[in-house]
Amino acid sequence: MAAPRRPRLAVWKFASCDGCQLALLSCERELLALAGEVEIASFLEASRAAGSGPYDLSLVEGSITTAHDAARIQHVRRVSKYLVTIGACATAGGIQALRNFADVREFIAAVYAKPEYIETLATSTPISHHVRVDFELQGCPINKLQLLEVIRACVQGRRPSIPGHSVCVECKRRGTVCVTVARGTPCLGPVTHAGCGAICPAYDRGCYGCYGPMETPNTAALSAEWQRLGVSKPALRRAFRGVNAYADAFRKASESDDT
Amino acid sequence: MTPKTRTIKVSALARVEGEGAIYVKVQGDRVVDVRLNIYEPPRFFEAFLRGRRFTEAPDITARICGICPVAYQMSACAAMEDACGVAVDDPLQALRRLLYCGEWIQSHALHVYMLHAPDFLGYDSVIEMARDHRQAVERGLELKQVGNELMAILGGRAVHPINVRVGGFYRAPTRGELAEVGERLRWARDAALETVRWVAGFEFPEFEQDYEFVALRQPGEYAIDRGRIVSDRGLDIAVQAYGDHFVEEHLPHSNALHSRLRAGGAYFVGPLARYSLNFDALSALAQQAARDAGLGPVCRNPFRSIIVRAVELLYACDEALRLIGQYARPDAPAHDVLPRAGTGHGATEAPRGLIYHRYTVDREGSIAEAKIVPPTSQNQGQIEADLRRLVQASLALPDDQLTWRCEQAVRNYDPCISCATHFLRLHIERG
Repeated sequence: MAAPRRPRLAVWKFASCDGCQLALLSCERELLALAGEVEIASFLEASRAAGSGPYDLSLVEGSITTAHDAARIQHVRRVSKYLVTIGACATAGGIQALRNFADVREFIAAVYAKPEYIETLATSTPISHHVRVDFELQGCPINKLQLLEVIRACVQGRRPSIPGHSVCVECKRRGTVCVTVARGTPCLGPVTHAGCGAICPAYDRGCYGCYGPMETPNTAALSAEWQRLGVSKPALRRAFRGVNAYADAFRKASESDDT
Repeated sequence: MTPKTRTIKVSALARVEGEGAIYVKVQGDRVVDVRLNIYEPPRFFEAFLRGRRFTEAPDITARICGICPVAYQMSACAAMEDACGVAVDDPLQALRRLLYCGEWIQSHALHVYMLHAPDFLGYDSVIEMARDHRQAVERGLELKQVGNELMAILGGRAVHPINVRVGGFYRAPTRGELAEVGERLRWARDAALETVRWVAGFEFPEFEQDYEFVALRQPGEYAIDRGRIVSDRGLDIAVQAYGDHFVEEHLPHSNALHSRLRAGGAYFVGPLARYSLNFDALSALAQQAARDAGLGPVCRNPFRSIIVRAVELLYACDEALRLIGQYARPDAPAHDVLPRAGTGHGATEAPRGLIYHRYTVDREGSIAEAKIVPPTSQNQGQIEADLRRLVQASLALPDDQLTWRCEQAVRNYDPCISCATHFLRLHIERG
């Protein structure tokens, strides 16, 4: 009897820092085992050999910032059974989405000697604004154990088990004393998606929201609490306008009159 | 008669960080055009840094590159501290150097084993290479893992560490926490020594080049986190004078700026430059390993950069162990840094070479202007010069072999295209 066909995996890159793809290369011990379970058919950062589609699972890193990339993501969707975005760029537009809040012409003119040569879209947008996405893995950078879970789930045809609760739950689990309650340190943990392992409070700093919004975050309550701690409205707006600035909940919070 | 035209094109370079392409045009027996085309889209970091707080630069600029975030964090911190008139010294300076060693270990292990070695052994990827060289690949993966563990203890995590701030750290590790990773580093030091021996046995094309090497130099140490900018042709300047001596140009085929010396031309940054300028500052163990691997105190063959990277990998393990051995936990994890109006400069040695940051900050601490020059944009001109000479000297090779050799020549530089792009500038000449 012939061995069952291994599912074919592809990794795609758009505007990004490569850090989320690196999570796959950083699955050191797991990488060789994974290579036995799935066929890594296209992964340019790791291999010269580019297999052609179709693919069972496409992992997409990066946001859409050029017309060429807007067309390329349509191709990726067509050749992929499952399309999963990895990281804040692909899921929320990334830090480069800060241009979405600026006048991009002023932006370009301020930096570039010859603005007419710049070919870029006025916005940096998440993959889901362009094509149907089967699952979004949040984080800047993503957690490699969560990435392995997503790959296994897709191979097995089930929904990935990625909890949507806040960083606060991870702090409790880790036994970290709340930095806001104990020391009055402003922390985005109550509105931020879990997955990092609540690292920042464990290192004596407040969460800065790099995993993006949790499911149904109460940003209004958080804004009020930060202002009670003495944080100015401009500082609060900057806090929401980080690597996940264009994620819906954080964008609305940064545009609200309360901030 | 028109000479026969031959074109070598690699439209999407593999095993590099980011998106790039090679274009070489040969007419008859003459190379007429060489371009390293960087088409990674620009992300405008220097524009959106304006208006952010000076304390935000380390976390924001880390996002330029997932492979060398610490290089951005350290350079941003150094520039901001320069602007604010604060000097960070030991033991915090030593802790920064230790974190940087972690980044060198993971980045060099990644490049030596996963990106570069497959070229020398004739495989498309490390995964295929693992079928025949399982033990070596497992050693490389484990080495990378040790680098990641060191970064995770000091930085909170390996990619985009969270524990770095202007003035120092949020939390300083205990001696006990560092002792744990010390055990792992002792294994890693042996494995790095094995690595030097392993790559020294590869075959290398004869390709000595007359580069001008540029790197940091700091008395008494192999410069990583501080020093003056020096070259092997007499340049010796403070970091603050960078702009007086280096200039950037934009060319139509690349989204990254090309750098050159005002007084000269293209120059070379990275492991080969550091090694050749600072061999005397390497640890005795690293010097001996280099000699045993057949290297002199200067290396001008970029294909041998894989050996130099392995020597630096060994040095980083050795140096990390030394720093852990002498570590005493500081009373405070950071110096207080208050903003003042001014301009600050910072330069450090990223795994791929010299990286320079300059910020102008107003008296409230808001960033008014940002300038960032990463290693790969500085090496672009040199990479193209290498390709030109290499193709000219290898015209007898069939296209597929010549193409592979060109790709390998680019990978000699471990180019980080994600880094290089954030400068400029998509230039498309329209007819």
